[in-house]
Amino acid sequence: MRRIISILLENEPGALSRVIGLFSQRGYNIETLNVAPTEDVTLSRLTLTTTGDDKTMEQITKQLNKLVDVVKLVDLTEGAHIERDLMLIKVRASGVMRDEIKRTTDIFRGQIVDVGPNTYTIQLTGTGEKLDSFVAAMAEADILEVVRSGVAGISRGEKVLRL
Amino acid sequence: MELLSGGEMIARALEDEGVEYLFGYPGGAVLHIYDALFKTSKVPHVLVRHEQAATHAADGYARATGKPGVVLVTSGPGATNAITGIATAYMDSIPMVVLSGQVASHLIGEDAFQETDMVGISRPIVKHSFMIRRAEDIPSTIKKAFHIATSGRPGPVVIDIPKDCTRPDEKFEYHYPDSVKLRSYAPAQRGHTGQIRKAAKLLLGAKRPIIYSGGGVIMGESSELLTTLARKLNYPVTNTLMGLGAYPATDRQFLGMLGMHGFYEANMAMHHSDVILAVGARFDDRVTNTVGKFCPGAKIIHIDIDPTSISKTVAADIPIVGPVQSVLQDLMEIIDNLQEKEPLLPDTAALGRWWQQIEDWRGKHGLWTGRRYGESKRIMPQQVIESLYRATGGDAYVTSDVGQHQMFAAQYYKFDKPRRWINSGGLGTMGFGLPAAMGVKLAFPDMEVACVTGEGSIQMNIQELSTCTQYNTPIKIINLRNNYLGMVKQWQDMQYEGRYAMSTYEDSLPDFVKLVEAYGHVGMQVTKLEDLDRCMDEAFAMKDRLVFLDIFIDPMEHVYPMHVAPNGAMKDMWLSKNERT
Repeated sequence: MRRIISILLENEPGALSRVIGLFSQRGYNIETLNVAPTEDVTLSRLTLTTTGDDKTMEQITKQLNKLVDVVKLVDLTEGAHIERDLMLIKVRASGVMRDEIKRTTDIFRGQIVDVGPNTYTIQLTGTGEKLDSFVAAMAEADILEVVRSGVAGISRGEKVLRL
Repeated sequence: MELLSGGEMIARALEDEGVEYLFGYPGGAVLHIYDALFKTSKVPHVLVRHEQAATHAADGYARATGKPGVVLVTSGPGATNAITGIATAYMDSIPMVVLSGQVASHLIGEDAFQETDMVGISRPIVKHSFMIRRAEDIPSTIKKAFHIATSGRPGPVVIDIPKDCTRPDEKFEYHYPDSVKLRSYAPAQRGHTGQIRKAAKLLLGAKRPIIYSGGGVIMGESSELLTTLARKLNYPVTNTLMGLGAYPATDRQFLGMLGMHGFYEANMAMHHSDVILAVGARFDDRVTNTVGKFCPGAKIIHIDIDPTSISKTVAADIPIVGPVQSVLQDLMEIIDNLQEKEPLLPDTAALGRWWQQIEDWRGKHGLWTGRRYGESKRIMPQQVIESLYRATGGDAYVTSDVGQHQMFAAQYYKFDKPRRWINSGGLGTMGFGLPAAMGVKLAFPDMEVACVTGEGSIQMNIQELSTCTQYNTPIKIINLRNNYLGMVKQWQDMQYEGRYAMSTYEDSLPDFVKLVEAYGHVGMQVTKLEDLDRCMDEAFAMKDRLVFLDIFIDPMEHVYPMHVAPNGAMKDMWLSKNERT
């Protein structure tokens, strides 16, 4: 089962490598990873998605919690939450495709953030699934480059992950 | 406030931390530190002959004393040589602080001479690591390192120190903190009362109980409590390889070690039990055999300080996270209260039948009740351990290397006290025994310290004989010599039709007697059984000398029992070359 784990991590050199290392060392899987400092500069917020059965997930969260640099973590998939992935996608846009791509982008509520004589760069946010659908919808187009931020997530309502 | 350089702060902080010995090896990146130690430090430094031995010696010291072992090595090869010893300590949860030199900050990342990314290389085998970035952080970092290494589930901590942070010409105000505050590190202080209550009820209701205790009981200083609890309930106890000595081996309730080379009665009792109280043990693969077939009728109570150890391999029915000592105390109190209300528990009739069953197993194939070894005229390895036990009155510190000799020592030396049995259980590091024995002997100069080894293992760190000369550590080395890598050979006998692929040395073994004499020690060769006891006594009579007993044993002997694998359960064992359960 797919899980989204969100972590408050000491914003120190080496901290990220401990988290990543743990996954490879113990044979767990990271599908996406997103990390950036928070409003408190001593802390980073890291969100990763992984898959595993309940036993594996229990081990993953315990092992993560055991890392001295991990201050707190939450499995967002245990409750209501919002997840967002950001994608920048550069496509060949010439001839009839130029309009077609614009239309599809509008349908997905994406934005064309860079326009070249023969290319568009489109920005799209949403769940991973939505981004996948968009890429699928672009099947006719000539996709030049895809960049995704990986999932960032937050709980709905009053529930917060903070010190 | 006093002004000290980075190097001086390190020397002073180790004193303030109460460090008794520093095991290390100098080199370019740590010369400022060594100079500061030379000029100011009261902490004796032990110069090993290879950095791996520094970590093992510190490790042996830590296992015997319960205090953290401390190591100082230089950058690059000094640091990488220490890795095996750090991994050894990590696998067995041994408190250790390793200070490694690093090239100067401005050179980091430039592939400078003797540069290696120590924090990176050691990452998977340390509890935590630090890289010093500013010299003024040295005291607080050292404090944190000792705190992390020794609290919760102990383990090694690395501090990587760039050379410029130790410069003698830059001084800082020195203050060693009294306490540490780490917002992200808070090991459990107490077990959950509700869980402990459930455990007490399950335990008292058991009809075929067994206590399975591991190294955590020793690390958690809870041997006495565990013994009291077991005696109070009259429940049988088995110890893991790491837990030997946690419960007195000569006690009637002790079933011996369990696991791959565990005692028949211990493995049988585990398999047929209805309640297992696992204390500070981690259901390691060398204990459980096939996990899917592990103790099918048993409910499991699992007490451990480390939540990741619980339900990692075998699911626990009642997990309790907390320090063994406080959990056992709480458990005892609750049991006392429950027994006031229900004085008939535990069920003595059921327990009596259970003990009868255990005595039957013990009588049938117990290692100590019948001689399991053959008619050979040669010295059997088991006899050597029995002779060692006799000569030392069962009261020695025994370190071992890894292989058959390790298992024979674990099976036949009856450890009645914790911290007396010192071996690399988790990582299985050959070369551990001799340096570990050095560390133990330095900690307890008046105690007998024996290193049980084989000619394969001893040669992995034999250079430390020189360190033993320099620091006068008169340990006794018991070399079970069979001219093979014995455990490898045993597996080759059992699984590879006796094809001894690269497990022998032909005629290349050194004359160990001459070799140890060259280092200034005493060597004795024992080839006949009738000489064994006499030579053993002579060796231990030489209080001030390191004596190396090169004992020629029957090379064909195997370690039994041995779990049948793959797909065997706890109860499936080879009892001899042609006999199995």
